[in-house]
Amino acid sequence: MSLLEIENLSVTIGDGPILRGIDLSVQAGETVGLVGESGSGKSMAALSVMRLLPEGARAAGAIRFDGKDLLAADEAAMVRLRGNAVGMVFQEPMTALNPLKTIGEQVAEGIRWHTGASRAVAEQRAAGMLDRVGLPPSRFPLSRYPHQLSGGQRQRVVIAIACALGPKLLIADEPTTALDVVLQAQILDLLRELVAESRMGLLLISHDLAVVTEMADRIAIMRAGEIVDGGDTAVVLSAQSHPYTRQLALASTHVPAHRQPTASVTAPAKRGLPPDGHSHGDTPLLEVTSLTRDYTGQRRSLFSRDPPIRAVDDVSFTMFPGRSTALVGRSGCGKSTLARLVLALDTPTAGQIRFLGEPMTGGSDATQKRLRRDMQVVFQDPYGSFNPRHRAERLVAEPLHLLDPPPDAATRRDMAASALHEVGLSAADMGKYPHEFSGGQRQRLSIARAIITRPKLVVADEAVSALDVSIRAQVLDLFAELNRRLGIAYLFITHDLNVAQAITDDVLVMHEGRIVERGPTAAVFDNPRSEAAKALVSATPDLHRAIRRKLEEQG
Amino acid sequence: MRAAAAMTLPASTAPVSYPGLLSRALASRSFVAGFIGTALIAAMALLSFFWTPYDVTQLVVADRMQPPSAAHWFGTDQFGRDILSMIMVGARNSIAVALVAVGIGMGIGVPLGCLAAARGGLADEVVMRFNDVVFAFPALLSAVMITAVFGPGAVNAIIAIGIFNIPVFARVARAGALALWPREFILAARAAGKNRTQITVEHILPNISTMLLVQGTIQFALGILAEAGLSYVGLGAQPPMPSWGRMLFDAQTRMIVAPWQALFPGLAIVITVLALNLLGDGIADALDPKLRRRQ
Repeated sequence: MSLLEIENLSVTIGDGPILRGIDLSVQAGETVGLVGESGSGKSMAALSVMRLLPEGARAAGAIRFDGKDLLAADEAAMVRLRGNAVGMVFQEPMTALNPLKTIGEQVAEGIRWHTGASRAVAEQRAAGMLDRVGLPPSRFPLSRYPHQLSGGQRQRVVIAIACALGPKLLIADEPTTALDVVLQAQILDLLRELVAESRMGLLLISHDLAVVTEMADRIAIMRAGEIVDGGDTAVVLSAQSHPYTRQLALASTHVPAHRQPTASVTAPAKRGLPPDGHSHGDTPLLEVTSLTRDYTGQRRSLFSRDPPIRAVDDVSFTMFPGRSTALVGRSGCGKSTLARLVLALDTPTAGQIRFLGEPMTGGSDATQKRLRRDMQVVFQDPYGSFNPRHRAERLVAEPLHLLDPPPDAATRRDMAASALHEVGLSAADMGKYPHEFSGGQRQRLSIARAIITRPKLVVADEAVSALDVSIRAQVLDLFAELNRRLGIAYLFITHDLNVAQAITDDVLVMHEGRIVERGPTAAVFDNPRSEAAKALVSATPDLHRAIRRKLEEQG
Repeated sequence: MRAAAAMTLPASTAPVSYPGLLSRALASRSFVAGFIGTALIAAMALLSFFWTPYDVTQLVVADRMQPPSAAHWFGTDQFGRDILSMIMVGARNSIAVALVAVGIGMGIGVPLGCLAAARGGLADEVVMRFNDVVFAFPALLSAVMITAVFGPGAVNAIIAIGIFNIPVFARVARAGALALWPREFILAARAAGKNRTQITVEHILPNISTMLLVQGTIQFALGILAEAGLSYVGLGAQPPMPSWGRMLFDAQTRMIVAPWQALFPGLAIVITVLALNLLGDGIADALDPKLRRRQ
């Protein structure tokens, strides 16, 4: 008998079907991967098992856990089950923890609740569990608060809470999506060990085919509320007999059509030159010299402060027109701070940024406008980067006030329409509000806004990391096409090496505020020299490698 | 202009139509209910300038303490004045005082709050410490003090109540704006070269308007109560000019023998506040594009 048996589960909210008759089972000691793009219903499947579906959702079918029908169980029985025999790990470790309670209290809470153990006993068990997930009490006392931990450490606490009572089943819903690749590899290792140790069943939910392939014994692929393909991981992914599986696999390893050398006449000659190589007569697009940014330390007392935190430490690099550079590094390495400095949204402590040969700040208003016009930005969160109260036309046209003279209303409209057209949206979308677009469309909208002034440089801060793989592939194609057609260079900030490889020529590897390695993208990733680059390369999930490994394992 | 634009558009021939704010507002039940209620009260107040059932300055001792009847719908007070007429005339005072006081609070407080959030640093400190100072005075007592010094009357009451609305709105605006400033769409606007004033007007204000409207309706209700308080101690509207608060306080000693004397002015206050709340909600909903599709 399976540990978890889901039979013909359907969930509807209002009149909309969310899940349409899915079947899924998890055996003890087995890892089952549930893969799908956002909106496919994979999280809803997990929440159905926990009976934590949102208000108004109705579930039909059968969910049997250890022989008990969970859909028929009353709330009291579910309360006994949750956090005890079934644990759950959520995506966002910051919001899954209570910021006002210490990590010890939070791990001990479930233990006390379910076993009736005294505070002291529960905290002792909690300490043992935190030690098990890699947070030894000697270095991470129980009295720490979530904000004193890094993202990866927080996710370890969440896992400790879920596994504190030795659950038979662990449901992990995108447990590593909010983490950088190195932390992702560590958390996945931890989950793998916990499964092997206690013969726990693991239901791993992810949009990342490579991650699931590495982890799962069996895999189920979801689309629009249905499981369209499933079986042993090696079989499903080596055969790729279902068209949707093939589509997902292709999208996860997508590389945009080969990038042409740019329109700039001198650009081809520079291929192969390191990005800081000397140019002969060609004005660099962006020159960053010994850039440093310190953040004031926390105040300790009236008269003393902690030493300042150096987020960006003596960084220098040069970009040339039409040539894109990736800035890669783990989260917290200072890459976003560097992006803000380049965009003049933040002031450097020391050093200089010259764009098109002129300093970004301190010039006359006219110079400022001209420089701003040539440098635009695309942010990560395709929803947060729009004023929810403005329509697409106004959102896209926002940078147009930088033109000299500012265009009249009719011209603005025309320009907004053609920018939308260029990114694959239609002019009919001009009257829509941001929430009426899908995630991928919103990112296109972001790009439309960034290219409307025909900039020479676009700073893209994790611009595709919030997107589903198939949409990410399309957006990467769009980036590559705009580079080819309009000669836009990108400063592409990302922790995902596949993305960096897909659209950039050169790469800068950043670690603890410094650039530790630089060179042509392919060369650096094929043969990383610095520790930081090596760690990134080896931790990056790779679908082909994962499939090969699975084939060896499962024969 | 629209036609010309459509001709040059390659992808679409469909006309772009923006559904109007008004049609969205009219589709919202709370807006319609709030609008009708507010309109009724306002119409009543306006009507009182030209006509009331009885003269509110005329004391008719023979008719004193009458319960509601066909002649006096809402009854009469201890001097024989018609309560319906008094409520109509009192509406002018109460509404005018509360509205203008909210206007003063918003008009000065919101720009101050936005300035504090946009500038930060010294500007923030100065504005917020000034707010603290104003906050440190008990509002009603200070209003009593102001009216006592500058003389009783509706205008001084308005100014006194208005001053104490300033820090409330400044704080709400600053808190809302501070939460918005680090958002990516604000960063995007900054990256697009917009200055702080432009960003405040285009992005911050529309996104804190809901908060301000809700706070506005609360302050309005408090304003009516404050005016009632001031009138009670004789520092608000001067007799024989009636005001809702004064009627309420006059009636409280006779609650058992003449409950209508308290009931009707009380109802008038409740209905006005409720209508304004609904109106505020309705406007907020109509302004929120996310709710658009549900209707």
